[in-house]
Amino acid sequence: MMCAEELGAYGLRSLGIGERLLPRSDITLCDQVVLIGSGMIWNVYFGVLALAAGFFLATLLALGKAATSAWIRKPADWFVFLFRGSPLFIQFFLAYEAFVRLPDSIGVGLFGAEGADLGWLTRAYAGALVVLFFNTSAYAGEIFYGALRSVPKGDLEAADAYGLTGFTRFRRIVWPTMLRLAWPAYTNEAIFLFHATTLVFFSGFPAWRQQGDALYYASYFADKTFNPFIPYPIVALYFIVLTLIVISLFSAAGRRLNRHLPSSERPRRPRAIGQLIR
Amino acid sequence: MFEYCSDPSALDGARWLSCYLTNGVHLRFYSSFGTVLLLLAITAPLALAFGFLGAAASRSSVAPLRWAGKTYTAMVRGVPDIVFFLFFVIALDQAFEWMRHQALCPGWDAPIRQGAEFNVCPEAKLPRSSAPQAWHEAYNFSLAIVTFAIVFGAFAANVLYGAMRAVPRAQMETAAAYGMTERQAFRRILVPQMWVYALPGLSNLWMILIKATPLLFLLGVEDIVYWAREIGGSKTSAFSYPHPDWRIWYFSGLLVFYLIFTKISEIVLAQLTARLSAGQATAEGERLRRAAPAGPAA
Amino acid sequence: MKTLLLAAAAATLATSAMAQDVVRMGTEGAYPPYNFINDDGEIDGFEREVGDELCTRAELTCEWVSNDWDSIIPNLTSGNYDTIIAGMSITAERDEVIDFTDPYFPPAASAYASTMDMDPMSADAVVAAQTNTIQAAHVAESGATLLEFATPDEAVAAVRNGEADAIFADKDFLVPIVDEDSDMSFVGEDVALGDGIGIGLRESDDELEATFNEAIASMKEDGTLNTMITEWFGEDAITFE
Repeated sequence: MMCAEELGAYGLRSLGIGERLLPRSDITLCDQVVLIGSGMIWNVYFGVLALAAGFFLATLLALGKAATSAWIRKPADWFVFLFRGSPLFIQFFLAYEAFVRLPDSIGVGLFGAEGADLGWLTRAYAGALVVLFFNTSAYAGEIFYGALRSVPKGDLEAADAYGLTGFTRFRRIVWPTMLRLAWPAYTNEAIFLFHATTLVFFSGFPAWRQQGDALYYASYFADKTFNPFIPYPIVALYFIVLTLIVISLFSAAGRRLNRHLPSSERPRRPRAIGQLIR
Repeated sequence: MFEYCSDPSALDGARWLSCYLTNGVHLRFYSSFGTVLLLLAITAPLALAFGFLGAAASRSSVAPLRWAGKTYTAMVRGVPDIVFFLFFVIALDQAFEWMRHQALCPGWDAPIRQGAEFNVCPEAKLPRSSAPQAWHEAYNFSLAIVTFAIVFGAFAANVLYGAMRAVPRAQMETAAAYGMTERQAFRRILVPQMWVYALPGLSNLWMILIKATPLLFLLGVEDIVYWAREIGGSKTSAFSYPHPDWRIWYFSGLLVFYLIFTKISEIVLAQLTARLSAGQATAEGERLRRAAPAGPAA
Repeated sequence: MKTLLLAAAAATLATSAMAQDVVRMGTEGAYPPYNFINDDGEIDGFEREVGDELCTRAELTCEWVSNDWDSIIPNLTSGNYDTIIAGMSITAERDEVIDFTDPYFPPAASAYASTMDMDPMSADAVVAAQTNTIQAAHVAESGATLLEFATPDEAVAAVRNGEADAIFADKDFLVPIVDEDSDMSFVGEDVALGDGIGIGLRESDDELEATFNEAIASMKEDGTLNTMITEWFGEDAITFE
């Protein structure tokens, strides 16, 4: 009734657990819903980890961009420009090619005839994660940088008046305000990042043992059933649900960031003005 | 291209390269850059139009219209663009042909859907199967444009909706006080003023649009990624210019192209923002007003 | 029965239009020597030559279009072109959705090629194949680890750079590659997959199917088809008897 049989067979297929062979004939709606859902595990994996790690690098990049020293500012500027200025599709492709070449070119000789084992970087779970991590860091870094420049002068003066300096001043005054200002745009970035995870198996990174993301299985079904009108809308529905979850989690966090403000000043909903939507 | 190119196998070094880089496929590769730019030039205003309609619908007082507008923006925003691209073109194509079929072939009694097949009468085919190849390509291209415009129109709607809300209420109230109808106020006060609020969002959208163009090949357009993949792949001696896998060079070239393109866009958009901000009741407009030397407003 | 009658009715209606219409030939353009885009940017290859000859014999006007492999069947069924002539093996799965003409190319062997001496059937072998091909399905069933790429080119590249242990593809596609790369050689046994290569058509296009079958038969009869096969695939290629 609830696709129980398919759930057992294919529920974790994207991780390599369950039936080894994908369904090939008499494909039911249950097969498609379960297997595509199983692929969503990877979309969530990529999205959550890249976002979590990217949050810290983004903060560093924002500070780097705001630094007075050109030695810090320039690299941060270039990093952000490189990843924001080019399509993710091409980043994936080039990264995969680069990772494939890595072990040959530096590993051999240095680490013996076998070379250093950097082979895992060519696997999507690691290599694509690195690309997504850099990518989202660059976008979020730009958002944080914009917010950093908008931190009200009064807040900083108040911090000075209280004698806060250095890291304490940053952690207690600048950083929370920056996050508060950046939050709506950062929410959008998170949504986009989850969407971007569908590109992983589409450009560059190959699927191993038919373990892929939601889009990978959808295109498998589109090929097997010769009907694109069922699997792709299933992916779309899954992503609408995922987006709603992301939005609710982020707005909960946003409320926490704004909890000290009087209720009339709290933004009721993310404002679209001037916000970076990638 | 050059005279000495008639026998590529006899060439080497720079001459070989000069012939290789000017052969038929490369010329098509270079012209595909034009295709991408053309697509961007047509898609941007079209997406803006879709966005405007979506935003206007979202703030409509007619409930079904409002729901339609909100559903449009929310749905497209919730779904990765690539998923749309993968089935939307065929869906759109079939939708157009189905409508033409209803209009042109009322007497047709065979079913349109037979299993996986979609059969409309020959008159309803878009373009007619006897049409020259150029029409087929133009049609495919316009389907790609419409698909892009629908997807990015939803984002534009989101931005414009926010911009319309950002126009100070006092402006609209003043308009009402002057006796303007809601429609007049919308056209004369709201629309002219919303652009400055919308520009940052729209600039961003333009950047997103640029960076979505590598997915054009999914829509059946032979774009720069299609040709880079096609030409860059290793070629055996069945080809006049055999070479190993050079895709990494071609893709690096594309990377540089995109970086330059986004940089130029950034500069132009920054100038546009400065110009639009002049004379506006915003912080930036205020800054410009103070910075400007005294004298007649330019 | 009813659907059969309706299909027949549709077919007759379609034929009346077919006489003056152009037959659009869909191919991939990325599978040399079957079909590829040549250096002048035109569709070329064995199938181009066979297709043009078939059209001449059947007195049809043909127009060539290239389409991505992944969506090549949906675009046929939704009527964006009329035939698929893209090295597509006749399989039961595909036959459920579209029709095939008689084969214009005999059941060809698929082969494994590798840069080392290995057993492509063993469980720890990593074998690359193009996504959504009969070869990919075969590898998945064989027990080896399947590594899928969007184009056959990328699958070959994966073997060269060590990402995969071997590639599994049509032997005729691999022969020129193995010939020109001293590192690569064929490993394991050849496998015969599919029922030969035929032209894919919409199931309702019975008339067009008959026309092409007739033309294919005449090319087989006077030996032109075999000549073309040996011309494109070498003297050792399997031909029709």
